[in-house]
Amino acid sequence: MFSYIIKRILMLIPVLIGVSILTFSLIHLIPGDPAKSMLGEKANEAQLEALRAEMGLNDPLYSQYGTYVAKILQGDLGESVQSKESIATEVADRLPATIELALFAMVLAIIVGVLAGVIAAVKQYSWFDNISMTGALFGVSMPIFWLGLMMIWLFSVQLNILPASGRLSNDIQLGLITNFYLIDSILTLNWPAFKDAFLHLLMPGIALGTIPMAIIARMTRSSMLEVMKQDYIRTANAKGLASYLVIFQHALKNAFLPVLTVIGLQFGLLLGGAVLTETIFSWPGIGRYVLNAVLGRDYPVVQSTILIIAAIFVIVNLVTDLLYKFFDPRIKYD
Amino acid sequence: MSKKTLMTLFGLLVIAMVVISGCSASETTNSDDSSDEGTSENDNASEETADEESDDDVKRLVFGRGADSVQLDPSKVTDGESIYVTNQIFDTLVQYEQENTEVRPALATEWDTSDDGLTWTFQLRDDVTFHDGTDFDAEDVVFNFERWATSAEYVYYGYMFGATEEDLGGIIESVEATGDYEVTFTLSEPNAPFIYTLAMPPFGISSPDAIEEYGDDYFKNPVGTGPFVFEEWVNDDSITVTKNDDYYGDEAKVDEVIFRVIPDNGARFMELQAGSIDLMNGMNPQDIATAEDDENLQIIRRPSMNVSYMAFNTDAEGPTSNEQVRQAINLAVDKEKLVTLYEGIGKEAKNPMPPSLWGYNDDIEDYGYDVDEAKRLLAEAGYEDGFEITLHSMSNPRPYMPQPKVTAQAIQEMLSEVNIDVEIVESDWNTHLNIVENGEHDMAFMGWIGDNGDPDNFLYVLLDKDNAKVGSAGNVAFYKNDEVHDLLKQAQTEMDQEKRVELYMQAQEIIHEEAPWLPIAHTTPPLGANADVVDYLPHPTGSEPFNYLDLN
Repeated sequence: MFSYIIKRILMLIPVLIGVSILTFSLIHLIPGDPAKSMLGEKANEAQLEALRAEMGLNDPLYSQYGTYVAKILQGDLGESVQSKESIATEVADRLPATIELALFAMVLAIIVGVLAGVIAAVKQYSWFDNISMTGALFGVSMPIFWLGLMMIWLFSVQLNILPASGRLSNDIQLGLITNFYLIDSILTLNWPAFKDAFLHLLMPGIALGTIPMAIIARMTRSSMLEVMKQDYIRTANAKGLASYLVIFQHALKNAFLPVLTVIGLQFGLLLGGAVLTETIFSWPGIGRYVLNAVLGRDYPVVQSTILIIAAIFVIVNLVTDLLYKFFDPRIKYD
Repeated sequence: MSKKTLMTLFGLLVIAMVVISGCSASETTNSDDSSDEGTSENDNASEETADEESDDDVKRLVFGRGADSVQLDPSKVTDGESIYVTNQIFDTLVQYEQENTEVRPALATEWDTSDDGLTWTFQLRDDVTFHDGTDFDAEDVVFNFERWATSAEYVYYGYMFGATEEDLGGIIESVEATGDYEVTFTLSEPNAPFIYTLAMPPFGISSPDAIEEYGDDYFKNPVGTGPFVFEEWVNDDSITVTKNDDYYGDEAKVDEVIFRVIPDNGARFMELQAGSIDLMNGMNPQDIATAEDDENLQIIRRPSMNVSYMAFNTDAEGPTSNEQVRQAINLAVDKEKLVTLYEGIGKEAKNPMPPSLWGYNDDIEDYGYDVDEAKRLLAEAGYEDGFEITLHSMSNPRPYMPQPKVTAQAIQEMLSEVNIDVEIVESDWNTHLNIVENGEHDMAFMGWIGDNGDPDNFLYVLLDKDNAKVGSAGNVAFYKNDEVHDLLKQAQTEMDQEKRVELYMQAQEIIHEEAPWLPIAHTTPPLGANADVVDYLPHPTGSEPFNYLDLN
């Protein structure tokens, strides 16, 4: 198992090389001049040329790529062209916000999705099955943008019970340790901040969690339906086991593998794909950071941040793979 | 993740939800007179949270905007969102009047110009301290100007004073402290717009001590002399400034201003409706009417200092190099109809500069909408059967053009009446800029937001042959007229204001006749505000210090 983990981590290297080449070429392929987007429309040619030279933009592409890789290998992610801040610092500021939101959304999605899926499977063709699966269909096809704005309109403007956006209210003070607001507020025993941060998480969490929730529900249902036809389930039922034990212990555990795969993939997607949610709910996370960098042609930020997201994605998948063993001890990693 | 852990997790979540909903239910409405933050904020006061800062008495203005500041060193930035904040923190030698671009004393109390227009002497205030406690004097002004002349990264300095790689100082030959509170500028050529330029936010005076102390991090720790003191910056989320109690000028009426980033226009407007922000920019056009109908809200319009236009590439091989064709297109476009696409924030333009500027030529009569005359001109130019042409447009709204796409489609339809077949090419802003500055277009949408409120800043920048260089053109019509060039150059060095006005009037006439543009509109960008925001006068330049506005 240990050697398997090492092997998988070593696999990261070719993946990251591939990702770095791909991002590098893509960002350089789209037209636009980073010097110009940084200095604005008002800069003269001399100023632009000076900045281009400073950024090494006049060097041939392969040598720019070489410089970039050499820096990365020394652990230097570079600095943002626009803000002049080190990218490591900027990512460290924003990544916790994204992970906190993604985890929250995922927990919501798993709890609701798995429960709905299990019930729908056990009571196949019942009203619950029909309603929840129609709901899931809506869930996957609902535009997050629309859903988010509707929620803000309802809960913030009309009912005034939830904060519309941001991570914390203006008048709440919170000492930051990990940058995960929920954790920080627990660590500092700051309950008003905990409550405030939690309320701020609700709407974006639901908006972000809707699609994975729907996918998980549908996947759980179909996987459960298959498992429920197996002989050992009939045996378990026949020997008089309580039905909740049959369902959760025997059936769900076996039906969970494909669901787990979906969860792993979806979680990875949430980390990088939260751009829309982060935009609507003014969430200061990594998605918006990359989006702004792309629009501003901030090459170093795009390259380094996508590399980090790719690494996290691979690691999340590795963790998912390792979790398989927990649900199915027959799986061996050699 | 065994079943047990899952169940425990779920249980915890349920408990958390119950506790929280319990808290919300016991909420009492707070008679906080500042920004009432929806719910969920100021409650819990009864619990053991006395250690939390109680800020019920803080008069707090929350300003919602679409993007974060890039840097808070005004001399290095070009984005409006940075300037919004630095305007609160920094003062300039002279500042704009509240409602127009005339200038009045600020850090300087009075100034003289020598007869040749080369020497400018400023008397400074002797009662000003920086936010870090150090005193302000003439040496500090010298320090700042010398700093800006050391590198090309001080974009506006270079841009406004004509710095080149060889001479980073540009037209400013020297800045000297000729007394404790007297500063003398020597220019290499007379520059009439100089005094207007000095009022621009990028030339706000920083504390030299702070610049030395913070070094490369100064942009995150700005120290000026302005009505507000920098407090905190949470990236992509908010910037807080607090009132400067020792301000030499008009003291701020609010205690604190928070600039919050809310990227989506619709969401930002809902925050305004919910009362969690007091003021916002970047309104969706359809929200303006909603706000006007809501008695809790108001719309405040910023006077225009911009122009949107369709530039004809006069350099291109093809019809746009023909003056008659350009005039014909001016005639074939129903501008009145186009401006309806501006959803109430646009006013038809006939000149390349907005009417709020001095020197605006109101005697010029616009082309008007006349399809027959347009057809006649086209026939005369040899295009009675029309032609095919491309129109490049940006895909995203700009402050001077809220709906580029439909505007382009409307022009496409109007020009089909005179047999001109328009192909629209839409690109994101950066790409669009690239295409247009390289002159790869026949016709292109473009716009300009003024800098210092001087006509030079529109006419010279946008239509002088000096600025028609392929690759970095401000003059994207690539319009080169020697007569216009002479007039504009003369106006730059003429110190007599009346003569300058005359020169700009003439230049506008020639430009009108030769039609390098189809001028489209000037916009008055709307700001949404809560009804309790009073005495807020948005400045034409795009942002302003908030020391005059108040919250009822």
